[in-house]
Parts: sequence; structure tokens; C-alpha cells
Amino acid sequence: MIKRNGKQINNSKSKKENPFVIACIIPSLAGVLVFFVIPFLVVFYYSMVDNPINHEFVFFNNFVSVLKNSAFRKAALNTFTFSVTAVPLAVVLSLLLAMVLDYKIPFVSQFRTCFLMPMMVPIASIVLIWQVIFDYNGALNEATSFLGIAQIDWMKSGYCHLVITALFLWKNLGYNMILFLSALNNIPNDVIEVATLEGAGPFYKFFKIKLRYLSPTILFVTILSLINSFKVFREVYLLTGDYPFDKLYMLQHFMNNTFRTLDYQKLSSAAIIMSIVMIMIIGALFIVENKYGEDVEG
Amino acid sequence: MSKTKTNSSVKRNKKLIMALLTFITAVSAIIFLLPTVLTMANSFMKSSEISANYGVIFSQTESGGKTFISKRVNLKFIPDTVSFSQYVNVLFKSPDYLFKFWNSVILVVPIVVFQLGTAVLAAYAFSRLKGRLKEIVFFLYIILMLMPYQVTLVPNYLVSEKLGLLDTRWAIILPGIFTPFSVFLLTKIMRRIPASLIEAAKLDGAGEMQIFVHIAVPLCKSVLYSVAILVFIDYWNMVEQPLILLSDSSKYPLSVFLSQINTGELGLAFAVATIYMIPTILMFLYGEEYLVEGITYSGGIKG
Repeated sequence: MIKRNGKQINNSKSKKENPFVIACIIPSLAGVLVFFVIPFLVVFYYSMVDNPINHEFVFFNNFVSVLKNSAFRKAALNTFTFSVTAVPLAVVLSLLLAMVLDYKIPFVSQFRTCFLMPMMVPIASIVLIWQVIFDYNGALNEATSFLGIAQIDWMKSGYCHLVITALFLWKNLGYNMILFLSALNNIPNDVIEVATLEGAGPFYKFFKIKLRYLSPTILFVTILSLINSFKVFREVYLLTGDYPFDKLYMLQHFMNNTFRTLDYQKLSSAAIIMSIVMIMIIGALFIVENKYGEDVEG
Repeated sequence: MSKTKTNSSVKRNKKLIMALLTFITAVSAIIFLLPTVLTMANSFMKSSEISANYGVIFSQTESGGKTFISKRVNLKFIPDTVSFSQYVNVLFKSPDYLFKFWNSVILVVPIVVFQLGTAVLAAYAFSRLKGRLKEIVFFLYIILMLMPYQVTLVPNYLVSEKLGLLDTRWAIILPGIFTPFSVFLLTKIMRRIPASLIEAAKLDGAGEMQIFVHIAVPLCKSVLYSVAILVFIDYWNMVEQPLILLSDSSKYPLSVFLSQINTGELGLAFAVATIYMIPTILMFLYGEEYLVEGITYSGGIKG
């Protein structure tokens, strides 16, 4: 009875899914389930038990001990400080760059190529070159010494965040800029023209009109930069090794060093904590964007 | 009268601003280009020149004191003598590098090919299926896409261990194939295929399979290429997956090896890096428009 009812509802909708379309999704979905979703659940499980042999539930004990772990705290704090400064910088600078290129300056496509070039450079050469520039005896100190500035140990002083921020921006501005360029192109011209006719100044036009149209892209670039700020730790790790200067000890170092001892509980809890924080941040960004950009989205 | 005067002064101002902006952009563009140029230029130096220039930083050079090591680093873009000795060394004297290069190829090519294959099918399904369940699954893909790899490496390691894949290339290739990024991007493109086009094809008696083969895939061609470049770049530069999932260093791709190049081989590092850049640069030069298009389409999670 119930079955027939269900079928009837389906028929009345006349939206029966096509078997070919369903078959299309199976390879990908099976792979995602086996390699991501199920292992994720296992990680979650591991984060709740005392060890992989005993399987005794300890609930949040592992989380508490990770949160209390001084290395994790240091890594989280350093990562947070870096992301909080580098991500907004990446968004603002790439928007500025896109606006400049949008200003119809000459050689736009050549400039675009230059800004995308860092994507091509192998990480190892980036690391090599960054060492050449920012080493205590490196090129930058040599250049500044001509100006009579004392040598600075860039990688082992308060300036170290500057060095990796530069690396992060250098790598990611091009990609972000392309996103903003296309978003700028998509702002309807007539809206700007009407505003100009009505005597709106450039600041009004930018903050009250353009920025609203750009807000979905700003959200996306922010999220992307956040993800990429985690990717840059690969370079930081290669630049600094296992135990870097205190302020450069990132979550990447913590995870890599924990992997070496294969402490499943620590690894799983740290991974779960990181994913929860990521989801919270991204969710918050979505809410802010929804409020801000709501009047322009159709 | 006065109005035309202000107009011309506005025009002059505009020109000035334009020149200034162009100048600033040019300077920053050069800065962005420098590391690439530096790597290539240095690859044509003799290894003695390299150790003379950078010996201060990477102090344990192989040079026995014969070569002059400057007290400061010497950032040079033009070699004293242009030499192909690094390349000769890499290509003929140390075949190790070529093996590593091959390691990279056999890891990355299957990932790109099969990721695109499964993704284009899944994207078609996501664009054609209806209902709540599909939306939940798609949302799951997005969440997974947003996870930093520090997080996904842990489940990756677990599953490879359980399936006995650790230490084999499959431990890297299989999760690589199912990374949701390209599904997400391709779905967005497929959704833009006008419904009228599909309806018309249906009226002509085309089934879903024909619509997929003759309409959806051809319309996505350029985006497929751009996704291929993006995925390729990502995996061509991988470092930590092999380090954690493979313990046999003879299987390491060149990207890992490059990152561990020790100071004694500094004279080769630039040539190896340049050789390693060639595939990406070729893809880039050949398909820059596609790449830009691909990046453009990747914008906007909601759209």
C-alpha cells in the first residue's frame, strides 16, 4: 500500500530520475564516500576513544588534552595571527590590483600573465629563492645595508610573519585578482551611469554600489584565501624545518610532528577541532555576506 | 569657457593618474616575475658560480676553498658565463632526477585524467538531478572541498592503512582522483546549459546519454582544460602527501626531492627546478585564456 502510494506521488510529479543520470554520480560518490566521508567518521570515532586497541569511549577528553597541549596552542595562535592579517591583506590588495587593471591601463594582458606566473613556480624553488632573499646574509639585507640599515634576521625575529605574508601574497594575488576582474566586469554599467548622472562621487559609487555587487566575490576570495593560507604552511615548513623560530610554529608543524609519532587520538582530535573552526568561520562569513549583499542579489 | 578648461585639466589629471598606475603595476609585475626569472637565469650558471654567489647561505658547499665565496649573497640575473653544465649534469650524469620526474608524471597524470573523468560525470548528474538529497550531497562536496589538507591528511592516512595502500602510489592517486574541487567547478558550468537546449534535444528523441555526450561535454571543453591545468598545478607541487603516505623514497615525486635538495647539490637545484617548471609553463602559455576562464568560473560558491 505505502509503496504504491509512494510510486503514485512520484508519477504525479512526473520527475522520475533517469537511470543514466544516477549512474553518472556513482563513481564519484563512491570514491568520496570511501576516501573522505567514511574515514572522516572514523577520525571522529578515534577522537572519542582512548586508544585504537581498547576502544573505550572517553568523549571529550582527547579534545581537552589537545586544547591544553602547549604546542597545539602555540601553533593555533601563530596560525590565527598569520591568517587574520594575511587574508584581509590578500583580499584588499587583489581588489586594488583588479581595479587598477580595470582602469584600462595599457598592457593589461601582459600584466595579468606576470601576476599569474607565481602559480607555476615549483614550491622548492620558491623556498630556495626566499632563503636567498631573506637570509641573514641574504639579498635584502645586502640591499638595505647600502642605505645604512642594520642587518635584520628576517626569519628569526618579529619580522618573520612579514616574510611569510609576502610569500603568501606573492603566490595568491594573481588568482584572486582574476576573480575580482571578472566580478568588476559583471557590474551592470547602467547602474553606475545612473549614479554618475545623479551626481554620485567616486567614493559613494565604490562603497555603496560596487562593493555590494562585489560582495559574493569578496566572500569567495576570503574563503579561498583562508584555505590558501593553510596551503602556504607547506612553504613555511620547508623554509623552517621541524622546529622553527617560535612565532613560525604553525599547525602544519604540529600535524607533521604528530604524524611522526602516529598518535591517532591527538591527530584525530586536532583534525576535528580544525574542521569545526573552519566550518564556523566559513558559516560566519556566509551570514555576513548574506546581510550585506542582499539587496543586489536577484 | 571655464567648463572646457576644467575638462582639459581633468583629462590631464586622468592621464597622469593612468601613467602613475601603469608604473606602479609594472613595478609590482616585475617583482612577481622575478623569482621565475631568477630560477631560470641561475640554471645557466656553472655550479662554481652558484656556490660563489650563494655559498654564504648554504654554507656547506662542495667547493674545497678554491672557489671564491663572497661574504654576502650575490643576487645575479646574468651568468658570468652561460653554461649548460647544470643541464648536462641533470640529464646525463644523474639519472636519478629523471626517475623522479617520471615518478611525478605517473602520480599526477592518472589523478588529472580520472579526476576529470569522474568529475564530469558527477557534475552532469548534479546539474540534472532534482530533489533535496542531491542538494545535501552537493553541500557535502563543498564542505570537503573547503577542508585544509592538514585535516584531510588524517582520514587519508587512515583509509590507506586500512586498505593496505600505504607505501603504494595508490595511496596518493585514489584520494587525488576523488578530490571534490573539479566536481564543484564543472557543476557550476553544467548548470548554465540552457534548459531549452536540453528540451529541444529531448524532443528530437535524444536520451540522457546522448545529451551528455553531444551537448554537455562539448560545451564544457574549455572549462575542462582549465580545470585540468588547475588540478595539474596543485598535484605537480605536492610535498606532504608523499612524505606521509610513502616511506619508500624511490617513489617520491620530483617535487619532494626538489624540496629536500641538499646544499651539496645546490648547483643543480636551479636546473632541476627549471626543468620541473616546463610542463606547467607550457600548459600555461598554451592555455592562459582557458586558465583565466577556469579561475573566473571558480568564483562564487553559491552561484
